Amino acid sequence: MVETVRIYVPCDAAAVSVGADDTAAAIATVAAMRKIKIEIIRNGSRGMLWLEPLVEIATKNGRIAYGPVAAEDVAGLFDADFLKGGEHPLAHGITEEIAYFAQQERLTFARCGIIEPLNLDDYEKHGGLAGLRKALKLEPSDIVEAVTQSGLRGRGGAGFPTGIKWKTALEQQSDEKYICCNADEGDSGTFADRLLMEGDPFSLLEGMVVAGRAVGARTGYIYIRSEYPHAIKTMRRAVEMFRAAGFLGDNIDGSDTRFYISIRVGAGAYICGEETSMLESIEGKRGQIKVKPPIPAISGLFGKPTIINNVLSLATTPVILAKGADHYKNFGVGRSRGTQPFQLAGDIARGGLVEKAFGVTLGDLINNFGGGTRSGKPVRAVQTGGPLGAYIPVSGFSVAMEYEALAQAGAMLGHGGVVVFNDTVDMAKQARFAMEFCEIESCGKCTPCRIGAVRGKETIDKIIAGEDIAKNLEILDDLCDLMTDASLCAMGGLTPMPVQSAVKHFPEDFGG
Amino acid sequence: MTALINKLEHEGARAICGRHNNKPDALLEILHEAQEFDGYLGDQALRTIAEALNISRAEIHGVVSFYHDYRREPPARHVIKLCRAEACQAVGSEALAAHAEEKWKTPTGGISADQKIGLEAVYCLGNCALGPAAMIDGELYGRITPGRLEALVAERLDKSERE
Repeated sequence: MVETVRIYVPCDAAAVSVGADDTAAAIATVAAMRKIKIEIIRNGSRGMLWLEPLVEIATKNGRIAYGPVAAEDVAGLFDADFLKGGEHPLAHGITEEIAYFAQQERLTFARCGIIEPLNLDDYEKHGGLAGLRKALKLEPSDIVEAVTQSGLRGRGGAGFPTGIKWKTALEQQSDEKYICCNADEGDSGTFADRLLMEGDPFSLLEGMVVAGRAVGARTGYIYIRSEYPHAIKTMRRAVEMFRAAGFLGDNIDGSDTRFYISIRVGAGAYICGEETSMLESIEGKRGQIKVKPPIPAISGLFGKPTIINNVLSLATTPVILAKGADHYKNFGVGRSRGTQPFQLAGDIARGGLVEKAFGVTLGDLINNFGGGTRSGKPVRAVQTGGPLGAYIPVSGFSVAMEYEALAQAGAMLGHGGVVVFNDTVDMAKQARFAMEFCEIESCGKCTPCRIGAVRGKETIDKIIAGEDIAKNLEILDDLCDLMTDASLCAMGGLTPMPVQSAVKHFPEDFGG
Repeated sequence: MTALINKLEHEGARAICGRHNNKPDALLEILHEAQEFDGYLGDQALRTIAEALNISRAEIHGVVSFYHDYRREPPARHVIKLCRAEACQAVGSEALAAHAEEKWKTPTGGISADQKIGLEAVYCLGNCALGPAAMIDGELYGRITPGRLEALVAERLDKSERE
């Protein structure tokens, strides 16, 4: 009897965006025509996005990768006997031996791309639920202690120690507490939350139940941006399945822990990634930010103690519990412990997700992992940490990618996005865009952000037009300082970062 | 009077609110579903939602006008959202957008004269390693070139002509 061959074709949105559905259909058609028994599994993405659609064939030596496989390539692959790992120009050997993948340290993304996202057995077989089961036997304060000991800091961008946040919420006396997962991943150049939600959705749910038990919350919300329809669909289904299997609801896995999760969909507002704005939005209101204090851990959603964590922070807590705080803590440098899922984007030859211990250099990410630019032109500038992050010139490539070193270099890690620009980039235009983006996306609550962004854009326009350059640069700098110091949240407060870094490192683009 | 009230009632919106137990905190979800129902949020729908949730029309207006997703006018037959954020800028999204504006003689944010094409800017579709990214009628595409964009849109235009 001929054994059925397992073929993996990702269902991740990025893979689908370059034809993965057509590729999967073509594989099924050709196999049927040639009477070959196959099983197609739609997995998440391995994160090697330049190879998408990445087709993998399961063999006894591991999975063998072919990519990028367009529907037109499929017949040729069958001709080359790819089901037995046959040679072909699109062959890359064993997936896990591809240097890009082999050099990573995957903890948060350990299962992503390997399992079938909505297969709970597959999830459990690959280490899922171990963290939750451990947590259900621990006292809440011991869970908080483990997370604190691991050194985990908020992966959304602010980098606040997760354990301390949890401890604050645990200490509150309240009839109701909430866990809110921030899946409003709006930063350009970032897609790790999306990859995880589409590729390993149960890990996020597991992390939320752990958080719920740790702080005594019964209700969780996942706030997903509307630009992520695939992730929304997958998470909705995952919540239903998790509930049906007894991991949501009353008496979770036979314990006395109760937890429920609802999904809320954003409506296209970058500012809703700011935590207080997100809470307003979950309450059905305009996403205007709120002044802190009180901090949400004391008074958040509906006025109750609320934990707001990023997708990656929550999805990392199960592995911390399963493998121990020390295991996690042993990765990383200084006060940046553990691993960070970096995302290589923009003009980059090998764009995708690189989960690596903190401390890898920017240059290593771009050259070693990313392979330089996709266009073949030289790199000129790199923006790390999203639209509110700094532009770094090539001379800054030695910076270690960790919270403190980046801050010292006048930049930030943010959500781990790395966007590469080639030598055709006009940095004055990029600075102008930073202000324009702030103008479009400001919630309007505070003046430095609402008006500052407009004035900033106008001033950069004058500089671009060559009007009184020295004086206008001075005005721009002064305005940036004011926005930094006087804005209520990071939107207005950090918009100056890309602007001032562009002026500082690329003065030649500003008529200087 | 009855006639007037009936005229203001939007049955679809009423049912949507009911499914969410008429809870004001579900407003965003309700608006999404109401927009899905009609393609946009018309006066009738908004009045009905305000009444069902027992909140003022002003509050609803505040929410609808805050979020980019909500539309007060019917959309074009085909909606093209081009990602205009940094990662896509780095691989030519601005030139792509200029090409699209020229090709369909429509400014970003506008609808073509024949109502067939709507062009919108979006700030990040999360496909930043495979830019320029676009979403056409809700479907995500990566590594978009002017030629591929035209072909994808032509395919859809053909299909909707035939229907």
